[in-house]
Amino acid sequence: MSIDMSQFHQVFFEECFEGLEAMESGLLSLDIGDIDSEVINTIFRAAHSIKGGSGTFGFTVVAEYTHIMETLLDEMRDGRRQVTKPAVDVLLGSVDCLREMLTSIQNEEDVNMESAAQHQAALEMELNGTAGGGEHTAAPVHAAPIVVVVEAEPEEEVVVDEEQGWKIAFCPYLSLLKTGNDPVRLFRELSGLGELTTNVNIQDVPPFAELDPEECNISWELKLVSDATEAAVREIFSWVEEDCALELAPLAKPKKIKKPKPAAAPAPVVETAAPVVATESAPVVAAKKAAPTESDPSKNAPKASSSIRVDTDKIDTLINMVGEVVITQSMLGLIGENFTMDKVGQLKRGLAQLERHTRDLQQSVMNIRMLPISFVFSRFPRLVHDISTQLHKKITLKLVGENTEVDKAVVELINDPLVHLIRNSLDHGIEMPAERVAAGKPEMGTIELKAYHRGGHIVIEIVDDGRGMDKAKLLAKAIEKGLVEESTIMSDKQILELIFMPGFSTAEKLTDISGRGVGMDVVRRNIQSLGGNIDIISELGKGSTIAIHLPLTLAILDGQSVAVGDETYIVPLVSIIESINITEKMLNKVAGKGETFKLRNEYLPIIRMREIFNVKSGNATKSNEGVIVVVEGQGALCGFLVDELLGQQQVVIKSLEANYRRVEGVSGATILGDGSVALILDVPGLVRLSVR
Amino acid sequence: MSQENEISAVEAVAQVNSETPITIQYLSFVLGKEEYGVDILRVQEIRSWEPVSRVPNVPLYEKGVVNLRGAIVPIIDLRERFALSKVEYTPLTVVVVLQTGSGNHTRIMGVVVDSVSDVISVDKSEIQGAPDFGTKVSNEFINGLVSVNERMVMLLDVDKLLTLEVMEQPEN
Repeated sequence: MSIDMSQFHQVFFEECFEGLEAMESGLLSLDIGDIDSEVINTIFRAAHSIKGGSGTFGFTVVAEYTHIMETLLDEMRDGRRQVTKPAVDVLLGSVDCLREMLTSIQNEEDVNMESAAQHQAALEMELNGTAGGGEHTAAPVHAAPIVVVVEAEPEEEVVVDEEQGWKIAFCPYLSLLKTGNDPVRLFRELSGLGELTTNVNIQDVPPFAELDPEECNISWELKLVSDATEAAVREIFSWVEEDCALELAPLAKPKKIKKPKPAAAPAPVVETAAPVVATESAPVVAAKKAAPTESDPSKNAPKASSSIRVDTDKIDTLINMVGEVVITQSMLGLIGENFTMDKVGQLKRGLAQLERHTRDLQQSVMNIRMLPISFVFSRFPRLVHDISTQLHKKITLKLVGENTEVDKAVVELINDPLVHLIRNSLDHGIEMPAERVAAGKPEMGTIELKAYHRGGHIVIEIVDDGRGMDKAKLLAKAIEKGLVEESTIMSDKQILELIFMPGFSTAEKLTDISGRGVGMDVVRRNIQSLGGNIDIISELGKGSTIAIHLPLTLAILDGQSVAVGDETYIVPLVSIIESINITEKMLNKVAGKGETFKLRNEYLPIIRMREIFNVKSGNATKSNEGVIVVVEGQGALCGFLVDELLGQQQVVIKSLEANYRRVEGVSGATILGDGSVALILDVPGLVRLSVR
Repeated sequence: MSQENEISAVEAVAQVNSETPITIQYLSFVLGKEEYGVDILRVQEIRSWEPVSRVPNVPLYEKGVVNLRGAIVPIIDLRERFALSKVEYTPLTVVVVLQTGSGNHTRIMGVVVDSVSDVISVDKSEIQGAPDFGTKVSNEFINGLVSVNERMVMLLDVDKLLTLEVMEQPEN
């Protein structure tokens, strides 16, 4: 029994949060009036698993709380109680409360008992207030599953004796202590079942001089006054079964024989029922991982990122892959022994194979980090449900492409920006029902959340059919706030992008949902820090689409290596528009200093890498030699003047900050084929750097 | 993997050492004519000098970064850090890889020194505080002085040594 339970805590919390997610989505999908019993079952199972788990780990607050929820759910499941909107709302509130409790426990903080008590009171009111009759109020006394089992095995009327219980002769073998079992702990558990009296027998204890402290020389006679079943008592001893002689006898003979068997049956059934239930619900639950922990990144981020759940399929593929690599490696080793020139062909083939396997291996390793975007999406139905109720709007949320896989890091970081954007759509985008009807639209507004892959990017779109953005109003507001000059000529796209400017908000009144004018700039910055960008398409009266483009993975990048002096740098391929050989004619100086070049009737600024990076090695290129790499950073085009283009390759991004520090103009480092380090350029950062 | 093993080996040594707290072992190395020492428990490995990849716009004593079994590790020239005269790197030039910080935030960094000389055991009571040279000589990295065989060894504070200043202006 001397197992350190705390090692399982992390798993327990993850499972709990998964369970809560499942409960939440189940509750939201409940259609009042047409109740799908399967959904109720799912919710019930999740609650039951949480109750069981928290009981095991000694989080009694959670267990007790969940027990009340479970009772309520059980009555709904058996059809003894109507599923009403208030009941669902109370349950949703309880899910939040549970999540709060678990988060507190996870962070080893004190549980906020006040809010727990409030929710508990609400639950109990719901439970007692509308419960049918006395027979139902009795239900909470028993744990729900037992009720089910008892039904199947109607217990014989047992006349309860004056003293019901067990007499236990517990005679441990000498070796009991060596197996790490502590009798005291057993007794403590026994006393949890009922009133326990112990009688110690120490006649076998040898004189002190001969006493071996590692041997157990004592035996006990225990008297347990309790209505516990024999199986329940035996279960406590199950760990020491093989290290002791155990005799169990009913205390006083009941008048009607309470056969241990039928009475004992429920307990094992219940025991097995719990894990079965857990695994049954697992696939449903597993798809929606512990997202809630991410909702408060400041507090929980380190914990949330500490583990990851991976499909066994992915692991199997990986193992296969590694096997292939090992085989290829040994084959190459064989060729290498006694190498003769006629084996060159063989060697080349082997190397090609190795390359292929390595690439596959890399791909599968990367795959492990990929999670379906549903981890993020799954919490939005709740958000939309809550906010639309609050705003008295009618809105449905459609999720498309939830199984699109994205890098784990993206999943963690994309959540906050998405929450913000959805809130915006809810608050500003979708109109009030009356307004919608007047505009000839269906009363029910729709927000669509889509995720799909496109060309090495993942695209997340938020589409609403609301009122759209009024460009004239945007522009007027921007001029009023002094963000733009009145005379500026702006394209439609530029006008829409005004909303990303700090301090910009057109909302007439502030609400607690949005409208403070902070946010959109933060959203854009967050997305850019992930290496992505954000686009808006909006049509007045028809709705808006906000599209976020993100790189598939943050760990690998397609790069173009360029030479500057003796140094090699990597330019991310996604930001390169084109590369051209420079000719004298193309160069122009502005005010004798800033250089520009003309590319198809457009004047673009030039950044000389040699100057901005202080490269002194190698032959200084003349002003009219070299290659200009045209890149896009911060929405503007710009030319990097480098000495030479070297080649394109996939590079693994390594952090420069792990051991070193942030360097301006550099986003990371990578290791080249020859083992040397090359820096990866931060294109937007460089553009900024050159402006200064 | 190997890196982890090394770190755990260092920790193992630390445990053994903590039982005899009176003497501390230092790795001593030479810069010009001066001898310095660093706590040996902070030394991860000693490597020969190999060319680094320069990092733009950082102080000159930060020579650049190298690939140390997959980790990007910065290399600092101690001579330049202490504003001593520069020398050409020779085959004897070594890089002492030091680790700093604790828990999850350990960082590793290489320092270039002329050569490593010895492992010295120092009785804690023998360590003298670093004298205050006023503004003339910076002694911020020096933990104390100790005399070994009539030679003076300056004991360096690794944590302070490896704290890089926030972005200095590049000295051109």
